[in-house]
Amino acid sequence: MSTIVRDYSIPANDFTIAGEASSSVRKLLSQLGVSPDVVKRTSIAMYEAEINAVIHGNGGKAHVEIDESKIYICISDEGPGIADLDLAMQEGYSTAPDSIREMGFGAGMGLSNIKKNSDILYIETEINKGTKVNITVFFSK
Amino acid sequence: MEQEYFHSVTLNTAKCKGCTNCIKHCPTEAIRVRSGKAVIIKERCIDCGVCIRVCPYHAKKAVTDSLDTIKNYSYKIALPAPSLYGQFGPNYSRERIVLALKQFGFDYVFEVARAAEIVTNASENYMKSKNIKKPVISSACPAVVRFIQIRFPNLIDNLLKIESPMEVAAALSKQEVHEKFGIPIEKMGVFFISPCAAKVTSIKAPYENIKSNVDVVLSIKDIYLPLLDIMKKQGEITKEPFSLSSAIGVAWASSGGESGAIKEGRRIAVHGIHNVNDILEQVVQRGLDNIDFIEALACPEGCLGGPLTVENPFIAKENLKTEIEKIRKDQAHKVPRTENVDEFVWKSKVEYRPIMKLDDDMMKALEKMQMIDEITEGLYDLDCGACGAPSCRALAEDIVRGIAKETDCIFKLREKVNIIANQLHQIDRS
Repeated sequence: MSTIVRDYSIPANDFTIAGEASSSVRKLLSQLGVSPDVVKRTSIAMYEAEINAVIHGNGGKAHVEIDESKIYICISDEGPGIADLDLAMQEGYSTAPDSIREMGFGAGMGLSNIKKNSDILYIETEINKGTKVNITVFFSK
Repeated sequence: MEQEYFHSVTLNTAKCKGCTNCIKHCPTEAIRVRSGKAVIIKERCIDCGVCIRVCPYHAKKAVTDSLDTIKNYSYKIALPAPSLYGQFGPNYSRERIVLALKQFGFDYVFEVARAAEIVTNASENYMKSKNIKKPVISSACPAVVRFIQIRFPNLIDNLLKIESPMEVAAALSKQEVHEKFGIPIEKMGVFFISPCAAKVTSIKAPYENIKSNVDVVLSIKDIYLPLLDIMKKQGEITKEPFSLSSAIGVAWASSGGESGAIKEGRRIAVHGIHNVNDILEQVVQRGLDNIDFIEALACPEGCLGGPLTVENPFIAKENLKTEIEKIRKDQAHKVPRTENVDEFVWKSKVEYRPIMKLDDDMMKALEKMQMIDEITEGLYDLDCGACGAPSCRALAEDIVRGIAKETDCIFKLREKVNIIANQLHQIDRS
């Protein structure tokens, strides 16, 4: 079975580079003929996770695997971790500092947006160790 | 396949040197150099005109109709794009230009700027309607619409579903001439005076698959000198010989014109196809739903920077500004608001064109992508373009699509030659 694998590094505090990984994944999925709707959901989920790693995690890594039925994305960082995951999942909850909010980010929609747009979301997090956001989107249901 | 994709942008093979300028700048990677000449991949071309602008040998051109076409029609209507007014400088007012068009041989002049005002009214209504996707993306630039069809299928729903000023002008002018003079529509020829290559394509091969009301497209470039000659001989002219549009419509020629005309909401004006790409990318990822309207134009400075214009776009912008200020002072040009705008809503759908797809079968597409990955790995990441493809990855894609070979890469070729040379050396010594 063919699997396409991609690894990207996500730089800390650089919003201009932050979207690049999800943008390049979007192009791959279009080339594979994945439906626009699925491409869109993947793109939004991955972008939000990338931005989270930039804002909260001091940057990190994106690992992507694509096969004929799904895309799996793992965004990992070695940041402070999430203290209360249930709270963090709530819409509007954010720990982003004002400086980030002024840039139009940090509205507290990130994690809920990822959940909304992915089929499986699994978050591993440990205080002072880091966070791994595992996203799976299926190509057809 | 060939007839399916008519394009205005074409190549003059004699002038092409086979350099890498156009392949590197094309926003859809639609150009390759094969056997020393550029080749346009028709299904990818969006007629944005970037290649026309960057070619140092002027080998790329936009096909338009010849000025002689005017002889083919008994009643001739000119539709000057507002960008025409920016071409001639402060001595040549809009009144003079419009008069010159009549002196050139047109029976009637209907300013596209007038239609642009109607489209503005329609856009304002559209923006207030429910169930529209924000940000609304302007659809006046056909190159941008085609770009979205190829690259951003998710944004098709964001497009402003209103006819372009050119189409509105064409339809209304026929109606107006028929009502005023009783001339049968089939006797009329509608001539769009165009700054734009993509407009030519949208007339000859419309994406909505509905026949255009424009019959002939003349380029500003071709009609520029004849009009200038006529205007030099004009002397004093009487004011306002025709129904002229107000400042709003004229401003459409320039970046910020369309978005500035809509009175409400947060609006941005983006110009240059690569900037348009960036903003569309942002819409896909971030949503940008705090922006209501995006004016997106493929050419730098908007239509004034079109590949069929004559004057430098920045000078043209200043020319246009002078004209606009003059119109604003002149109360005579107040045009009543057009309320009945529903008829200009799109009647057909613009569809996704998945031309970047590697294969219809997902499994095969995956295999192909894996092959592309492997080939790219073996290349040198220089993106030099010497192979004729815009990047190493594009070459790898071409190899897998069967339209290029690995030794098109001169570094790969050198590797192979070295191996053969070594083998010859071995034979020689044995």
